[in-house]
Amino acid sequence: MKTVLLTLLSLLLTPVSIPRPALPQQDKAPIQAFVGATILPASGTPIAQGVLLVQGGKILAIGDKSLPIPSGAVVTDLNGKTVIPGLVDTHSHIAGPGGADSSSPIQPDVRVYDSLNMRESAVKKALAGGVTTANIMPGSGHLLSGQTVYVKLRGGRTVEDYFIRDSDGKPTGGLKMANGTNPIGSPPFPGTRGKSTALVREQFIKALEYQKKIKDAGSDSKKLPPRDLGMEALLEVLEGKRIVQHHTHRADDIITVLRLHKEFGFKVVLHHVSEGWKVAEEIAKAKVPCSIILIDAPGGKLEAVDLSFQTGAVLEKAGVVVAYHTDDGITDSRLFLRSAALGIRAGMSREGALQSLTLSGAKMLGLEKQVGTLEPGKDADFVVLSGDPFSVYTKVLQTWIEGKKVFDRTDPKDLLYAVGGVGAGEEIRPYLCCVDEMEAKR
Amino acid sequence: MRNIPRTVGALLATLSLTFGVSSLGVAQVAVKAKMLYTMAGSPLQNAVVVIRDGKIAAVGEAGKVEIPAGFTVLEAEVVTPGLVDARATVGLTGIYNNEGHDQDQLEASTPIQPELRALDAYNPQEKLVAYVRGFGVTTINTGHAPGKLIPGQTVIVKTTGNTVEQALVQETGVVVADLSTGGLERGKSPGTRAKMMSLLRQQLIKTQEALSKESKDQPRDLKQEMFARVLKKELPLLITVHLAQDIANALRLQKEFGFRLILDGAAEAPLLLEEIKAAGVSVVLHPSMQRAYGDARSLSFETAAKLKQAGIPFAIQTGFEGYVPKVRVLLFEAAIAAANGLSREDALSAITRDPARILGIEKRVGSIEVGKDGDLALFDGDPFEYTTHCIGTIIEGKIVSSQKN
Repeated sequence: MKTVLLTLLSLLLTPVSIPRPALPQQDKAPIQAFVGATILPASGTPIAQGVLLVQGGKILAIGDKSLPIPSGAVVTDLNGKTVIPGLVDTHSHIAGPGGADSSSPIQPDVRVYDSLNMRESAVKKALAGGVTTANIMPGSGHLLSGQTVYVKLRGGRTVEDYFIRDSDGKPTGGLKMANGTNPIGSPPFPGTRGKSTALVREQFIKALEYQKKIKDAGSDSKKLPPRDLGMEALLEVLEGKRIVQHHTHRADDIITVLRLHKEFGFKVVLHHVSEGWKVAEEIAKAKVPCSIILIDAPGGKLEAVDLSFQTGAVLEKAGVVVAYHTDDGITDSRLFLRSAALGIRAGMSREGALQSLTLSGAKMLGLEKQVGTLEPGKDADFVVLSGDPFSVYTKVLQTWIEGKKVFDRTDPKDLLYAVGGVGAGEEIRPYLCCVDEMEAKR
Repeated sequence: MRNIPRTVGALLATLSLTFGVSSLGVAQVAVKAKMLYTMAGSPLQNAVVVIRDGKIAAVGEAGKVEIPAGFTVLEAEVVTPGLVDARATVGLTGIYNNEGHDQDQLEASTPIQPELRALDAYNPQEKLVAYVRGFGVTTINTGHAPGKLIPGQTVIVKTTGNTVEQALVQETGVVVADLSTGGLERGKSPGTRAKMMSLLRQQLIKTQEALSKESKDQPRDLKQEMFARVLKKELPLLITVHLAQDIANALRLQKEFGFRLILDGAAEAPLLLEEIKAAGVSVVLHPSMQRAYGDARSLSFETAAKLKQAGIPFAIQTGFEGYVPKVRVLLFEAAIAAANGLSREDALSAITRDPARILGIEKRVGSIEVGKDGDLALFDGDPFEYTTHCIGTIIEGKIVSSQKN
């Protein structure tokens, strides 16, 4: 009875938005039961000897060993293992993204998914690190470098197979923006911070006018302004349908983003936030989440000299929603768990650290109803670990997306990507956001 | 001129004997460890290290070693020798990453410049030197980065001191060479691997001939002097090579001239374990977390374990980063090797005793033994665990870091 109720419950909770061939009788899809692991659901307390039931790519139920396993379920024994939600990487450059070009500092029209090679080894390495959902972004060499794309690393033939689609079937994504030194260059790029911000404000004011024209046209299609790809993307931002994913390091640059956020009312996530620890109260007050990077040493450029391992802990204590990100190839997706573990080293809570890799990231992409925790109704995205998620000795054993195993360390082909070796790397340099664009602008 | 550093060192030693310790800030210090990795035998439980006048005066189990009255006493869960970085650029490279200001790791004017001393370019007050010191690193072989056929020299220093002379362990650590793609010049010579080998062979042959003439009237030639020291095996030649074919080139060169070869980087070493072993050369392995692209595309977290298994002497390095992290943390790089097949003690050895031996400075550093420098790293748990902290660093008896990092 309990199972039936849970099934019904999960069906009620299930967003009916997946535009793939729908399973006509989802309740008839085979049930998968993952039993015996310590489950850290990221939405509540750890479950020893846990049971995770999956059906049709969704989580059907989760509980301790008292949860009955339906007859006929395909049982996977995970005794002694640890299960956590699939990791959500809010800032990744896997698959060789190339968004905006050198023609202008503001290019909201470009879609990063038109540039991706999902066959790149970094995609496989991300799976080996337990990453299931990623926000693939263009770089930070522009004030506005284009539309980002939210993907599931579920595998496939073309990038379309990786999309996370909204209820209208459209691919989801954010809008990448940047301030500070990276977008600064010679004309048409801005030369100062004042100019950078003026150019951005000008653009959003144009978008507001575009929005007004559409509103004024009402149902009269003849009065509509001509289609403008850039304006259309900014309109989605103004309407809250597309979240601004904003690169920013220095404390004053962070505050500038908050000022723009207040002026135009767009949803925004602060990225990198190297000096976030200096303005944690202001960030908390603005209720803006932070996706932070952890780099093994400070520096590399002037605005990252005060980067600290403690940023995660400071922001957490201030009440800010915090996620880590890989910025892959800046850090290696295979070591994504390590970023949060070093956050714990510098004072972050363990629960906060787990959420910083899962639920908090999902919130920053507006996907928290679908991914980020192990709760009934959510996508069956999870990672099987050999032990404590925050130990250097722990290995990612399996990665599952929507009920399908997409990485298995016992498979030699997958192991190659997990540890490296001949065939696991690329001849060309991975995309390093800022370096490449800085060079291109010279 | 060359003797100045030694004179200063001797002077300092004399001062410390004459005026006692406090005036120089050298504490008489003892460290109690729940687990002491001496790297000279099995780890000791509940052990004590006594450092007197900068040198290790006693090591042993708590009951058997007396802590002299008046000594500062520190305690830690785990104590290891101060870490030794076999190959870095920190101090020549700095936190700001601004060319002309703190990026002195590579001089681009000409391909062959063994006369460039790292001694003249090392900034002991660089912030990132203090940063790595906070993670237990006490000795670094730092200097010119790969990127030219012969980029220059390295210097071996302690990670403390206001001047390079105060920090000095050895004026020249190694002569650096690059036979990888990095050594090639764009549109200039050497533009091919064969040309790199030819230029280097010609230099070494010229030096051999000059050495055989033993003429006293020859004008001094700084380049030739360095090649002569390599040929006389006074200094190792550290050659950056990743691809198997480039490793083979380095071995071929070594066989012809018989110098002390250290393979640097060596991403594809697992493909040539037998050859490397037979040549009797050492490897200074790339950082575990180096990005896998270009010549290093085939690198693996498991290479350290494979070298160990093959019986090839090796150390783990932090290397050079053009962008971020602007310096790598040696401890973190060894941790990844420890999590991928290398035992904890072997991983510790790869950042203490083994680099000391490879660099020829094992009489001073790399293990905790009576008479060696009082260099220690203190931890509140397994040094390699992500959530453990380095809680103290001691260099020659002086507590140089007591932050919880």
